[in-house]
Amino acid sequence: MTAHSNYRELFEAASHGASRDFLPQLKIAAIEQFEATGFPTTRDEDWHFTSVSPIAERTFRPVRPSATTLTGDDLAPFTYGQDDWHLLVFVNGRFEPALSSFAQLDADAQVMTFTEALKEAPELLAERLGTLAPAAHAFTALNTAFMADGVVIRVPRGVALETPIHILYVADAHAVNASQHPRTLVVAERGAQVTLVETFAAIGGGTYFTNHVAEVVVGEGARVDHYKVQREGGDAFHVGTTQATQARDSIYHSFSFAIGAQLSRTNVYSKLLGENCEVRLNGLYALEEAQHADHQTFVEHIAPGCSSREVYKGILDGTSHGVFNGKVYVHPEAQKTDGKQTNKALLLSDGARVDSKPQLEIFADDVKCTHGATVGRLDEMALFYLKSRGIGGERARALLTYAFAAEVLELIELEPLKVALEALLFERFIPPDPA
Amino acid sequence: MLKIDNLTANAGGKQILKGISLAVNAGEVHAIMGPNGSGKSTLAQVIAGHPGYEVTGGTVTYEGQDLLALDAEVRAQQGIFLAFQYPVEIPGVSNAYFLRAAYNEVRKAKGLEEVDPMEFLDVMAQKLKIVEMTEDMLQRSVNAGFSGGEKKRNEILQMAVLDPKLAILDETDSGLDIDALRIVAEGVNKLKRPDNATIVVTHYQRLLNYIVPDYVHVLAQGRIVRSGGKELALELEERGYDWLLETAGAPA
Repeated sequence: MTAHSNYRELFEAASHGASRDFLPQLKIAAIEQFEATGFPTTRDEDWHFTSVSPIAERTFRPVRPSATTLTGDDLAPFTYGQDDWHLLVFVNGRFEPALSSFAQLDADAQVMTFTEALKEAPELLAERLGTLAPAAHAFTALNTAFMADGVVIRVPRGVALETPIHILYVADAHAVNASQHPRTLVVAERGAQVTLVETFAAIGGGTYFTNHVAEVVVGEGARVDHYKVQREGGDAFHVGTTQATQARDSIYHSFSFAIGAQLSRTNVYSKLLGENCEVRLNGLYALEEAQHADHQTFVEHIAPGCSSREVYKGILDGTSHGVFNGKVYVHPEAQKTDGKQTNKALLLSDGARVDSKPQLEIFADDVKCTHGATVGRLDEMALFYLKSRGIGGERARALLTYAFAAEVLELIELEPLKVALEALLFERFIPPDPA
Repeated sequence: MLKIDNLTANAGGKQILKGISLAVNAGEVHAIMGPNGSGKSTLAQVIAGHPGYEVTGGTVTYEGQDLLALDAEVRAQQGIFLAFQYPVEIPGVSNAYFLRAAYNEVRKAKGLEEVDPMEFLDVMAQKLKIVEMTEDMLQRSVNAGFSGGEKKRNEILQMAVLDPKLAILDETDSGLDIDALRIVAEGVNKLKRPDNATIVVTHYQRLLNYIVPDYVHVLAQGRIVRSGGKELALELEERGYDWLLETAGAPA
C-alpha cells in the first residue's frame, strides 16, 4: 500500500468527524489532487536536494483532539514577553480559548478561528480559502484535505492594527506520531496594516509532523508584516508554505526564522499583481547535528515597477544540510523591476553542507535584478582582530558566529521579536559570561 | 621591553622582512617610517601575531619571554596592542559588548575580577573622553558603517580600554583629516606613561608633529636602513625616501 492511499483512508475516517466536514468540496478536491500527485521526490526539480521519504514512509494520522493540560507558564518561553499582543494558541492543531487572548482587538478587525468563520463569515472562506496557495503542491493539498482549524484575519479598508497578532502552534506529547495541518488566511483590505507572528513550538519530545499553509491577501496600499518562527521539536517534521498576493502599492515583509525540526521545508512565495509593490523576504536558519532545512522563495513579478529584496542566511554545524532556492520570475510586462537577492551560509564543521540555488528568470528587458550567494567559514581577518584584542580561539569564533546571525536579525522591524531572537541565538552561540 | 633580533618573515612564500633588529624600552616612542611595500606593516602584524606571516628566522623577546611562541590573544592579554590600519567591521556585535569582552579577557589574564556591564559603563565614561566620543557609539556595531575617522578613534578607544604596555599604531594617520588626526594623536599622548611604550608606523611625517618620537627608523626593502632621532623624520619630509633607498642596496 502506498503512502498516499493511507492518507485517503485517513481522510475518509476524518470526514465523518463532526467538526471536520466544512468546505467538503474543497477538501475532496484536495485529497484527489494529493492522490494524483503523491509526495514529491528528488527527481522533482523543486525538491532536488530534499528527500521527504522520512515523511512519506510514515503514516501520520491527524492528531486526535484532547483536552490540554498546558498552562500560560508552559507557553511563556514562546510569547516573547509580550502580554499585550493578541494571542491565539493552538495545541496539537486545536484552538485553545483559555490560553488565548485577543479580546482587545480594534472593533473593525475580525480575527476568527475557522469554526467561528464558518458561522460569521462563511463567504470569506468560500471566496478566498485555497485560491492563493498552489493547490498542485502535494503538501498544500494535504493541508487542505486535513485542515481541522485555523485562523482567519480580516483587516478592513484603512484600518491599521497597532498591536501584533501572534498565533502560537504548540505540539505536545499527544502529537507523537501524528500530524497537524493548521491553516492561516489573512485578508488586508485596501490601505490596511497588520503584523502577524506565527510561532511553531514543541513542549515535550517526539516525532510529529506539522504541515502549515498561510494565504495572505495584501490589498491596494496595504501592508502586512509576517514573521514565522519555527522552533519545532528536534525529532519533528515541518513543512510550511506561505503564499502572498499583492495589489498595487502594497508592502509585504516576511521574515522566516528556523532552528527546529529534523527535516523542514519552508516555502515563502509572493505574487506581485499590481504596480509599485514592495516585497521583502528575509530569513535565518541555524542547524546542528543531522538537521535538514530547505527554504524556497519565489517572487513573481507580474506588474511593472515593483521591488523585491531578499536576504537569507544559514549557520550549519555537525552534519546538517541546508538548502536555499531563491526564484525570481519577471514577466514580460514587469518592466522597471528592481530585484535583489542575497544568500549566505556559514559552515562551522567539515560535515555540514549547503546547496544554494538562485534562480532568475527574466522576460522583461528594462529590469535590475541581482543575486549573490556565498558559502564560507569565519573571516580570518575578523578572527585575528578579535584575538589581537585578547579574545581568543573559541570565544572569538562564537562571537563571530553570533554576529553573522545578528546581522540578518537587524532586518526584523518588530523590536521585541528581534530582541528575543537575538537573546535566543546569543545563548546558543556564546558561552556563558563567567562575570 | 621589546627586543627584536635579526627577524625575517615571509608572506605567501615571499620574504618581506630581511633581518630586522630593534630594541624598545619603557617610556620610549619609536617611529618606523618607510615607503610603501617596505615591510613596516608586516613588522607591526608579526609583532601582534598575525597568522598570515611565517617567521623564518630571528627572535623577538617581550618582557623577557619568547613572544613568537605566544598566540595572538595571549600577546594582547600580556599588553601588546595593535591599532589596525584597516579596522575590521563586525556587524551584529555591539561596540559595548566587544570592548567589555576584550577588557575582561585582559583583566582575567592579570588575575583581576571581571566587570559586569554596569561597572563597565563607568569605566567607559572616562575612556570615551580621551577620544572625544559619545556613549551612543557603544551601541553601534563594531566599526560597521563607521567613517574612516571614527574607525581610527575607535582603535584608540580600544587602546585606552586595554591599557597596553606596548602599543603599535599601524598607519593610524592614513585617511584622517586634520581634526581627526589631532584627536587621535592627543588620545595617544594622554595614554603615554613612563612604564609603557609606543611604536608609530607611518608613511608621512605629519603624525609625528603630534606624537613626537624619541627614535626614528627607516625601513626599506625589509631592512632598517637608517635610525636616528626625531630630526630624521624632518629630513625625510624634506628629501623623500629615494636618497636612502639608493644606499639600501649597498653593503653597510
